[in-house]
Amino acid sequence: MTARILIVAEHDGAKLNPSTAKCVTCAGTIPGADISVAVCAVDAAAVAAQAAQLAGVNHVLRVENPANEHALAAVLAPQIAALAAPYSHVFGPSTTFGKDLMARISGLLDAPQVSDIMAVESATRFQRPIYAGNAILTVEVAAGAKVVGTVRTASFQAAPDGGSAPIEKASLDVAIPQHTRFVSVSAGRSDRPDLQTAARVISGGRALGSAEGFKILYALADKLGAAVGASRAAVDAGYAPNEMQVGQTGKIIAPQLYVAIGISGAIQHLTGIKDARTIVAINKDGEAPIFEVADIGLVGDLFQIIPEIERLL
Amino acid sequence: MKRILVGIKRVVDYNVRIRVKADGSGVITDGVKMSINPFDEIALEEALRIRERGAAEEVVVVTVGPADCQQQLRTALAMGADRALHVLADGVIEPLVTARVLLKLVEREQPLLVILGKQAIDDDNGQTGQLLAALWQRPQATYASKVELHDGAARVTREVDAGLETLDVDMPAVITTDLRLNEPRYVKLPDIMKAKKKPLDTLTLSAMGVEPRVQLKPVSFQAPANRKKGVMVKDAAELVAALKQRGLL
Repeated sequence: MTARILIVAEHDGAKLNPSTAKCVTCAGTIPGADISVAVCAVDAAAVAAQAAQLAGVNHVLRVENPANEHALAAVLAPQIAALAAPYSHVFGPSTTFGKDLMARISGLLDAPQVSDIMAVESATRFQRPIYAGNAILTVEVAAGAKVVGTVRTASFQAAPDGGSAPIEKASLDVAIPQHTRFVSVSAGRSDRPDLQTAARVISGGRALGSAEGFKILYALADKLGAAVGASRAAVDAGYAPNEMQVGQTGKIIAPQLYVAIGISGAIQHLTGIKDARTIVAINKDGEAPIFEVADIGLVGDLFQIIPEIERLL
Repeated sequence: MKRILVGIKRVVDYNVRIRVKADGSGVITDGVKMSINPFDEIALEEALRIRERGAAEEVVVVTVGPADCQQQLRTALAMGADRALHVLADGVIEPLVTARVLLKLVEREQPLLVILGKQAIDDDNGQTGQLLAALWQRPQATYASKVELHDGAARVTREVDAGLETLDVDMPAVITTDLRLNEPRYVKLPDIMKAKKKPLDTLTLSAMGVEPRVQLKPVSFQAPANRKKGVMVKDAAELVAALKQRGLL
């Protein structure tokens, strides 16, 4: 049986976000998957070309409209809903982009949504985390219902390049609402690797004491080519900006190497890192819960240990 | 009347350690402390602050769920909501059903804003606000960390992966809250007494004409896989050596 799957691409107008390639991998585990990727943009050519190269993608749709300059859920959802009729599944990444958008599509289609898909058991049966990952639910979607899904990006590898899918323009006649207007986005620009996709991540907690204290983390991260994250406590204390927060209420990540420095390991933080391949914890409190999940633990003063590690590299 | 509708959900308290039942039929909720979903508490706090600033006149709190939910509605009234609506429903209520109930209430109450938590910390679906906005054909501003009302529109700062995004949405609109929006107030004893006299109306799904459809059937619940026990090293040199040995450096 064929499953026709439509994936909504996440991108910044120029580059495809790696979360899309992870959705392709997830969709590819559905038996008989025929995968289309929809790129909503003002001019989708560049991003569509990147999507077409992903192995496993069968079709790419350019969904172009001057209103698509910013990825507003209220603007994109009716366009995707208008495309959705021939598809059995409509997927997007479980990022803030996808979580905001896909549920609105689910509402427009009156189709149930499976949030945070972490494994596919069949075209209608999926595993997803509930209670902040403290339980895993297997859920069966009712026969005949179109499945809207968000894909938990930490659970899937990005699909590699190697595809050459045909690209078409979708022609849609959809009323675009005017009630939602983009004002601005402020991002902490960084030359470091992206936290969400980096192979190595170093995070700091409240024990770093100040924004100044975080600097020793940046020095180590630069030496390792790592992204820098922070615990919610450190973000709340103003030591690091919001977008660096790792955890259930921040970014959920799955790097090869995660180094938690001065982080005690609140449940909500642990939920955000549980898919990391190797977790290293450095903390002066040997009883800190972070050591329960750490593969390698070191008890001691981080202000001594970090410069020492840096020298040893 | 300028009104704000706030949706709340009764959930297992966030401090409770979640355990999956041995037979995989669910998680243990018997004898466990239940609370208002923390994100919904933030939603209510925001609505109360908007009313206190004079930009709204009435805050109506609503929940969909079994009879026990009245405890959480009373807490919400004690926090300062003016009245409560309880839509009685047993069993698992899927987000699309909740959104349809809210749509009916929105048609009845004609609110300026509907404020909801971005997700409930039990099933972590994170859908209800967006679903309601879609069904209502009104704007949504999810993951709000700041809300300002200007004539006819709300300026909302949202916590997104890239940082902070600001949107203008025409009202009426749906806003969902992130953790940093505010810190909810504590309930004082005299307010608990006062809350007992505030109106709490009970409605039923059938009277509202909403069918409790089940399209997402739970098959099984499992505890997550545990990580293997780690090793302790005694200094930076041992740590670096261990990382090299594992091919991580």
